[in-house]
Parts: sequence; structure tokens; C-alpha cells
Amino acid sequence: MENKDKDYSHIKGWGIDADPKNDPTYPMRKRGNDDHTGYNWDRPTQQTETIEVLHSVERPNVTAVFGTSKPPKGLSGMIRRYAFQFGEGQFSHWLPLIVADRVDAIEGIVEDLKSGHIPNIFAEKGYKAQWKYNRTGVITKVAVATAVTTAVVLAFRRKCKD
Amino acid sequence: MTYRGPQRVRIEDKPMPEIQHPQDAIVRVTRACICGSDLHLYNGNVPDTRVGETFGHEFIGVVEDLGSEVTNLKVGDQVIVPFNIACGKCTFCKQELYGNCHESNPQATAVGGIFGYSHIAGGYNGGQAEYVRVPYANVGPVVIPDWMHPDDAVMLTDVVPTGYQAAEMGGIQKGDTVAIFGAGPIGIMAAKCAWLFGAGRVIVFDQEDYRLEFAQRYAQCETYNFRSLKDPVLFMKKTTDSLGADVCIDAVGAEAAGDVLQTITGRKTLMQAGSATALQWAINSAKKGGIVSVVGVYGPTGNLVPIGNAVNKGLTIRGNQASVKRLLPRLIEHVKNGVIDPKAMITHRIPLEEVADAYRIFSDKLDGCIKTVLIPPSAKV
Repeated sequence: MENKDKDYSHIKGWGIDADPKNDPTYPMRKRGNDDHTGYNWDRPTQQTETIEVLHSVERPNVTAVFGTSKPPKGLSGMIRRYAFQFGEGQFSHWLPLIVADRVDAIEGIVEDLKSGHIPNIFAEKGYKAQWKYNRTGVITKVAVATAVTTAVVLAFRRKCKD
Repeated sequence: MTYRGPQRVRIEDKPMPEIQHPQDAIVRVTRACICGSDLHLYNGNVPDTRVGETFGHEFIGVVEDLGSEVTNLKVGDQVIVPFNIACGKCTFCKQELYGNCHESNPQATAVGGIFGYSHIAGGYNGGQAEYVRVPYANVGPVVIPDWMHPDDAVMLTDVVPTGYQAAEMGGIQKGDTVAIFGAGPIGIMAAKCAWLFGAGRVIVFDQEDYRLEFAQRYAQCETYNFRSLKDPVLFMKKTTDSLGADVCIDAVGAEAAGDVLQTITGRKTLMQAGSATALQWAINSAKKGGIVSVVGVYGPTGNLVPIGNAVNKGLTIRGNQASVKRLLPRLIEHVKNGVIDPKAMITHRIPLEEVADAYRIFSDKLDGCIKTVLIPPSAKV
């Protein structure tokens, strides 16, 4: 829908990067024939594996560099090791990883308690900011949660009496 | 900061990062942003996000230490650190696909390494910290020009390149109508950059009026609250002589609102890799033979998208993580010439120590938040 008559002078930089040859554009633009030669480039120096690194079964090796933020451990680590037996296109790879994440969160709380640290969940969730900027929302949420909990408890007690 | 579980983050002391590879640098962080895609991690929607990881892929800082093979930098340099970790040697890096490096992410082959973005992106600690390890320091980091404000520099690590590449991948030709779904920082920047490619009309959709007002001011585009339109696709057809937009950009990704089915299956129950509402609207709003550009981030499983419509309309769909290093020279020029004013998007500057509140403010769009920058105690600029 070209509108050559329209005035864009109020928009600083209008059209300065326009290029009729921008087709095919990124990401195809720089594709060359050298990408048909397979995985045989001159690899960077390999980082030493000082921790356990899980790697995708869709590649033959660990990449030349990798992160070392949190190696797998505990029950969540066992689940992650299981997940990495499957290809990246499989739900059997990704769903166990999500389960492992949830287990990891619980393990994190247990670890905190074992080290004598009681996690301040309210602070970690940033509820101070929520209270400062959205007090009505917080009150509404608490009221709804209280009402629902009360209703469930009453219903349960009535059922027990019957 | 460290991640403790869905919607739980806190400040913790961690050991100082060390050189682990001859091409590593250690950078003292002076600015770090919270990105919209950090919210996918924060909400626990990205698989293999491990407790104790530090997030943050948008940061700048000062070089404190260098590995033996780093020749392009020196201690004391102030650097923009692109969010992609790229070796510069693999076949993908040689094509400037720096977001797809094959030597930086052992855990997944689809994407290269990214700072602070779970083990799906290599398991690297991120820059929402005082110090960070930066691999392949010969390739990624770029020295900040003397004239550049640090707030502009930190926006060049992701927001500006991603917004620019969203427009670029749209293959915009002069006079094109460009529809952008999402008025977060990326969507707003994509709107701004669409003009640089000669767009004839730029339309942005979101549900937050304050963001739409900002987008209208900052990017001089048309804005619409999709909540008041009922059907944004129908609106797009009506406003383009029933044909649709030449280019549609998904600048939201997995956290999109606006469709109950998508929200329940994508965000609440994680039955798909995020809510694909924006992508669905983009495909359905595009003109036959048009282009859909996707920079919104989704998880690695599957999504409900109308692929049949994409086929029947003959659409070209392009997507990728921004190739930051490739774009930086041009974007630095745009900042220098005043064509782009990145720091004007920053609404909140918050000490790193208050990271939990910062995430809540950004996540819940409180206090008119557009973009949050965290300032570590170690920052001296």
C-alpha cells in the first residue's frame, strides 16, 4: 500500500535504512556455500569440564564454552539426567525438565531451612512493591483468596458432618 | 540476584566469577536491565531454569580481568556486552547468525548461548549481578564510545537491536503498512525502526493504555488497545481495505494476553510453550504474500498457531534472536545522530539490592513501568 505522496518529514530518519535489495533479508542474507561442509570448522579451545555438563543428544559433544552456574544435583538433577536422554523435539525431554524445575524449587527451600535460613517468600515475590503501587489489587486478591478458602472449608466440614 | 522458584528472586552473595577459558573476560557490571523475556524465566515457564541461577542478558560494564587469548580488549575498557554468546568461528557465526552460535550452548542446538537465560541457553550466569564472566570476549563485547551515555549503551545490548531486527526481518519496503503486536520496549523500538525502513503506516496493539500512549509519543505510530477492538484482526482488515498488513511483527511472545484458550493452555497450564496470541494475530492480520517477523520469545515445545492460514496466504515467516554484534555499528551511528534515543524508554532505575521489587514492578506493569534498569552497588558511573 505505497503512498508516495505522504509527508514523513516529521519522522527523524524516515527511510534512511530502506533498501529495495533487502530481500532476502536477514537471517538468509549471508548464506554461502561454505555451510555445506559440515561440522568441521576450526573449533575454539575447549573449556575444561570441572562440573557435570548435560548436553543435547542432538550434538556430538559439549560446546567449546559452557556455563557453570548450576550443575545438576539431588532429585531434580536425576530428573534432568533422564530428560537429556531424549531429543529436543520430544516432550519426553522438555516435560521432565519442567518437573525438575519445580522439584528444584522445593529442594531450594529445604536447603535454605537446613542452612538455618528461613526464606522470606513475601520479599522474594516483591510484594512490597505490589503493596506500594497496587494496594487495591492486593486487597482484592487477599479478599478473594480468603472467600474461596472459607467456602472450601465450610463445604468440606458440611460434607464431613453428612 | 538469584532465582529461587517461580516469581521468587533475591539477592545473595555468590563467589566471584573466574576465568574458565582463555577467551573469557570478567566484567564489573555498571547497568543491567530486566527484559520482557526475563519474565518467562521469572514465571517459571522456561524448562531447565535452575534454582540459584542469576538472570540478566542486558548489561554493560568495565573489564576487570582477561583470559590469555583475549586481544581485542584491555582491563578498564567500558563495554557493551551483546546478549548472544558467540564464538565467531562456527559456520553460523560466519554468516553473522550470532544468536545461533554452535559453540556456546551444549544443552540445546536451536539457540546459541545467552547470558542468564537458563540451561536451555547454556547455563551461564547473567549480568543482574556485580560481576559476570563473559566468554568469547574477542567476539562479543564492544567498547562504549566516549560520547555515549551508559543508559543508551545498556539499551544497545538487546532492546534496540531486537526492535531493529524485527523491522529488518519484515523486509519492509517503502510505503508498507506494518502492524506490531505488543507495546513493550521491543514493540515500541520495532515501531520506531519500521520508519527507518520506510514504512508508510505503523500500527501498534497492546492492552496497556499507558504503554500505547508512550509508543504513540516515542515512535509516532498509531496505537490501539485490543481490549476495545474485540477483534484486532478484523480491525486490521477493515483499516487496510480488507487486505491486511504488508508486515506483521510479533513483539510479545509467550506472555501474550487477549485469547482465553491461548492464555489457559500457554500460560496457566503450560500445555504449550507460552501463549501464542500475538503470533496468531500476526499471521491472521498479514496480507496474502506478506511477511511475519517474530522476535517474541517462546519456549522450546509447541504452540497453537494457524499454520494453515500462513500456508494458504503464502506468508513468509522470519524469526531469530537479534544478532546484536552484527547490528551494533549501524545502531551506534543512529544513536550518535539522534535518530534513536534509547534511554528515553527507561522509566525506572532501581538498586540491584531491590531486585525482587523491580521484577514485580516490571512484571505487573506497576507505576507506569516501560523499562527497568538495575544499578549494582559496584557501579561507579
